[in-house]
Amino acid sequence: MNIFDILGPVMVGPSSSHTAGAVRIGYISRNLLQDTPVKAVISFHGSFATTGIGHGTDRAIIAGLLGMQPDDIRIPDSFSHAEKMNLSYEFKQVSLRNAHPNTVVLDMRGMSGRTLQVQASSLGGGRIMINKLDGIDVNFTAEKPTLIVHNQDQPGHVAEVTSMLSHKSVNIATMQLYRNKRGGYAVMVIETDQEIPAESIKWLEHLEGIIKVTYINS
Amino acid sequence: MFQSLEEIIKKCETEEKCFWEIIREDDVQERRVTPEDSYEKMMDTWDAMLLAAANYDAKQKSSSGLAGGDGAKMEEYILNKECLCGSFLGQVIAGALQMGESNACMKRIVAAPTAGACGVMPAILVPYFKRLSNNAAKIVEALYVAAGIGQVIALRASISGAQGGCQAEIGSASAMAAGALTYLEGGNNLQIVHAAAMALKNLLGLVCDPVAGLVEVPCVKRNVIGAVNAVSSAEMALAGIESRIPPDQVIDAMREVGDKMDISLRETGQGGLAGTPYGRDIEKRLFASS
Repeated sequence: MNIFDILGPVMVGPSSSHTAGAVRIGYISRNLLQDTPVKAVISFHGSFATTGIGHGTDRAIIAGLLGMQPDDIRIPDSFSHAEKMNLSYEFKQVSLRNAHPNTVVLDMRGMSGRTLQVQASSLGGGRIMINKLDGIDVNFTAEKPTLIVHNQDQPGHVAEVTSMLSHKSVNIATMQLYRNKRGGYAVMVIETDQEIPAESIKWLEHLEGIIKVTYINS
Repeated sequence: MFQSLEEIIKKCETEEKCFWEIIREDDVQERRVTPEDSYEKMMDTWDAMLLAAANYDAKQKSSSGLAGGDGAKMEEYILNKECLCGSFLGQVIAGALQMGESNACMKRIVAAPTAGACGVMPAILVPYFKRLSNNAAKIVEALYVAAGIGQVIALRASISGAQGGCQAEIGSASAMAAGALTYLEGGNNLQIVHAAAMALKNLLGLVCDPVAGLVEVPCVKRNVIGAVNAVSSAEMALAGIESRIPPDQVIDAMREVGDKMDISLRETGQGGLAGTPYGRDIEKRLFASS
């Protein structure tokens, strides 16, 4: 937490968790999709489901999906912007197990056909946590440059990624590894102190055994 | 990051620097930016506060219909009648209501330290800037002072209503504003932290009981008590009055009170004003229509 978390963020009201955090979840989800969303099913859990409407959480999520940031004054009118920008959406309520009270699940489809499911929570003060991507556990705040590599669970992939980062003088801040089963589908989430060059991301994408690479810096 | 207000004051003494400079240095280290970048960002924050105050819309109502229009009523009252508490304090009251209402109506504000408490700091700083000083650089310095106080409170206690009740939001905002105002009025470092301590003490135990869980009732009007309490605490400190309990221990007490506060009184929209028959009726009406 720095002093601009205390005096700030500059945001559209009324709630840093239910409005600003929700915009950010939408915004980061759009970046994770790496496509322009055209369809979104938004499922609210907990306090998001019960008091979300009065806080504009629904309009906030849509604003974020349209690429707006938490201080964008168009947030209250995001539904009409969605219509203009051809984003169709649907809201639902869900009850999730072991989830933070302010949690939402986004099922998105992009213009070029990409799909992604994101589960995220709003932690307060406008800060968020991405909890799941396509059902696989991950935990990152998207406050730092973040690299997400989906790969087959086999020896050597972690070394490939980390040696590339070392070669580019990129320092790793945090690193997490997840897999669905031994030898199955694995995900590594790496937060870094420096930005990762675009050509390095491209290089990673072409390696054998690497299924998908997502890089966000926002 | 400073663990205590005492640590900030000691550093000011050993390095012979002002309170605000020490906080800026810390920001420069924490975020790895230049002093100029840090300063510019704080100036942007101030501009955003001024703009938010200027963008108040007297006609706007929140989507629940519970918030809106009171700030304009107060403004009209102080224009037409000699206010008992003087025109400056009258303006502080109007400003706090207006910013609280703007927030409820989904307008752009500066969370300070939270969106629910966003009216406290600008309620004091905007009229101070417009009527008394017109020195933006000095206001920016005061914002650093406020941020330094708020950061210690966030670290030792909390600035979240869900965690510590309203005392953690409006109480913290009030402490920050009291410190800032004391600095603006020429108070020394000790007076700054004692003003903050007195402001926080006076709001100890304040619960977070929003009707229907919305940042409207009683949040908008709580900004008024936060702001007015900040002015009176700053005035006491400037008069040479000290908090008998050391400032850092006041913050620790706030944490303890927050920990002991029942969950129904921590932003769950269940207890206190939210739990009154009238509050419950409003909740039912809103959720029936949504």
